[in-house]
Amino acid sequence: MDLFEYQGKQYFAKFGIPVSAGGVAVTVDEAVKVADASQYPVVVKAQVQVGGRGKAGGIKLANNADEVRLHAGNILGMDIKGHVVKRIWVEHASDIDEEYYASFSLDRAAKKHLLMLSAQGGVEIEEVAEKDPDAIVKLYINPVDGLSEKVARQAAVDAKIPAKALEGVAKILVQLYDCFTAGDCDLAEINPLILKPTGEVHALDAKVSLDGNAEYRHPEWAEYSATEELDDREQLAREKGLQYIGLSGTVGIIANGAGLAMSTLDVVNQVGGTAANFLDIGGGANADQMAAALEVINFDKDVKSIFINIFGGITRGEEVAKGIVEAMKRVDLRAPIVIRLDGTNAEEGREILASAGIPESKLMSKPTMLEAARAAVALANGK
Amino acid sequence: MAIFVNENTKVIVQGLTGGQGKFHGLRNRAYGTNVVGGVTPGKGGQDVEGIPVFDSVADAVKATGADASFIAVPPKAAAAAILEAAKAGITFIVCITEGIPAQDEAKVFNTLLRDYPKVRLLGPNCPGIISPGKCNIGITAGEIAELPSAKGPNVGIVSRSGTLTYQALYELKQQGIGVSTCVGIGGDPVPGTSFVDCLAEFQKDPETHAIIMIGEIGGSAEEEAAEFIKANVTKPMSAYIAGVTAPAGKKMGHAGAIVSGGKGTAQGKMDALREAGVQIGLNPTEAGSLMAEIVKGLK
Repeated sequence: MDLFEYQGKQYFAKFGIPVSAGGVAVTVDEAVKVADASQYPVVVKAQVQVGGRGKAGGIKLANNADEVRLHAGNILGMDIKGHVVKRIWVEHASDIDEEYYASFSLDRAAKKHLLMLSAQGGVEIEEVAEKDPDAIVKLYINPVDGLSEKVARQAAVDAKIPAKALEGVAKILVQLYDCFTAGDCDLAEINPLILKPTGEVHALDAKVSLDGNAEYRHPEWAEYSATEELDDREQLAREKGLQYIGLSGTVGIIANGAGLAMSTLDVVNQVGGTAANFLDIGGGANADQMAAALEVINFDKDVKSIFINIFGGITRGEEVAKGIVEAMKRVDLRAPIVIRLDGTNAEEGREILASAGIPESKLMSKPTMLEAARAAVALANGK
Repeated sequence: MAIFVNENTKVIVQGLTGGQGKFHGLRNRAYGTNVVGGVTPGKGGQDVEGIPVFDSVADAVKATGADASFIAVPPKAAAAAILEAAKAGITFIVCITEGIPAQDEAKVFNTLLRDYPKVRLLGPNCPGIISPGKCNIGITAGEIAELPSAKGPNVGIVSRSGTLTYQALYELKQQGIGVSTCVGIGGDPVPGTSFVDCLAEFQKDPETHAIIMIGEIGGSAEEEAAEFIKANVTKPMSAYIAGVTAPAGKKMGHAGAIVSGGKGTAQGKMDALREAGVQIGLNPTEAGSLMAEIVKGLK
């Protein structure tokens, strides 16, 4: 789960990382109120989960309430690369002497934590990596050992962080590492990490991605899930407890298992179609799950055909087939289904589907993934 | 032969009295796996259909001489369960639990590496392992796995995905091709056992003559495998990578299946494997028929 900047900053603050005084606003009046309570000049920042908001006009400096009113009015509702701005963050504008970069993530190849630190912050780190790779210090940390202030300080020295900022940077690195580990982040990034003329070091931005698997031990994350930007289909799927990702095609997809679901998307694409979604119904694939999945797919107006791709393992083919027949009684579907049922007792399953009295215009069975994909795509394309 | 597990493997089930542990543990026993005990704290002395239950892994190992453990406990308890097994002397641990926080996984992996270097962890979030006719630990439906033939050729399977593993087993069964061992390494970001670990074992195993590998988007495990194959694997291989059309930045069901910052794409993985001499199928069936061709050539 990706956090908005303001949530990231609030999360950082819990771990003692210094951030600017400010607040979040959803209306122009609220923005002025926050600005008045902070100290002018302030920065008005669009809260969207996409890069390049500065260039798009989503970050503006304001010297007084009138300017806040003007900028907040412009930015709220602005469309930045398809993301509509619903919230803005208003904070006291910091004086900046220098800009650094710091992040912690999990390096999957090394199976260790990775600190990336650079004295060249404020730009995309990928850009620095390309132009001047030596300007980025990469430090692998064994999760069993953790990160000491001494090691953090040495990393800062190696990254050529100037002496006057060393203590401040080292301290923040330890706090950020704590946020990353105890806070169960997939990524905790500060860019830029700034040095102020007063000598203080401070997080001017926050990019935080949380590990959904750790949600059970973070009840405080509930407020973040509430603001997650899901489309209506994804919202419905979440309510039904389904693993669903909305896409923009016309073939609705239901499969059991994440790998098979991904594979189903690929095969549809391979035969010239486009998938409307990713949906992993899980191993069991019983009538309740199937009905819930069909309801979500049916809700998507773009869906022209539905491809159900089930491989029976422990769940036998006839159980899956009964589930589908039962689910079709409960949901009034707009689009026809093409099913590929394979694996344990697939024959018996297909028999049940064939003798259920459902016309072929509504339910068609194909023996292989490829044939089923072709049929589903042909239906979606109106052939 | 076979890799990692065989007819002599003695298995305990951590979480045998729970829903999943009981269901799959009993199925594994019915398949012929030597399931010698179960562990549930506080339920020592009971039994599950004749399988004795112990309070701790240490007690179970002492009483049964088990060397492998099948962990089917909830995410909250999984990390501690893995370390308990390692501490008690278990050397092969299969953890099917889905939903363990990545921070816990990273810590467990590195703790095993440092304190219990002889222990192999398979998973978490994996379907398990089956050496057909000998041992089945985990959730694989044993009946879809073709027994290896004495004169071969037999195929080894290694996969990150559960249902695609079944699919591969099924494709081979349809063609009457025997399987030496089928290993599901799981879809999480920090798997205990990697593609490379399995490929190294398959290369050494005299009963394995060819290898199917099934990968998916995210991370760089397939690229690392490609490097390893180039340098070390002489047995013929086919592979399939899922997620060619997966959108960037979305976790596709598995916690580890995500393309981020342009890295971990299916295309990159397929290119790397192809360059290492692996035949690439564009769907699981194609990877299966490519393997059938390979096997024909070996006969």
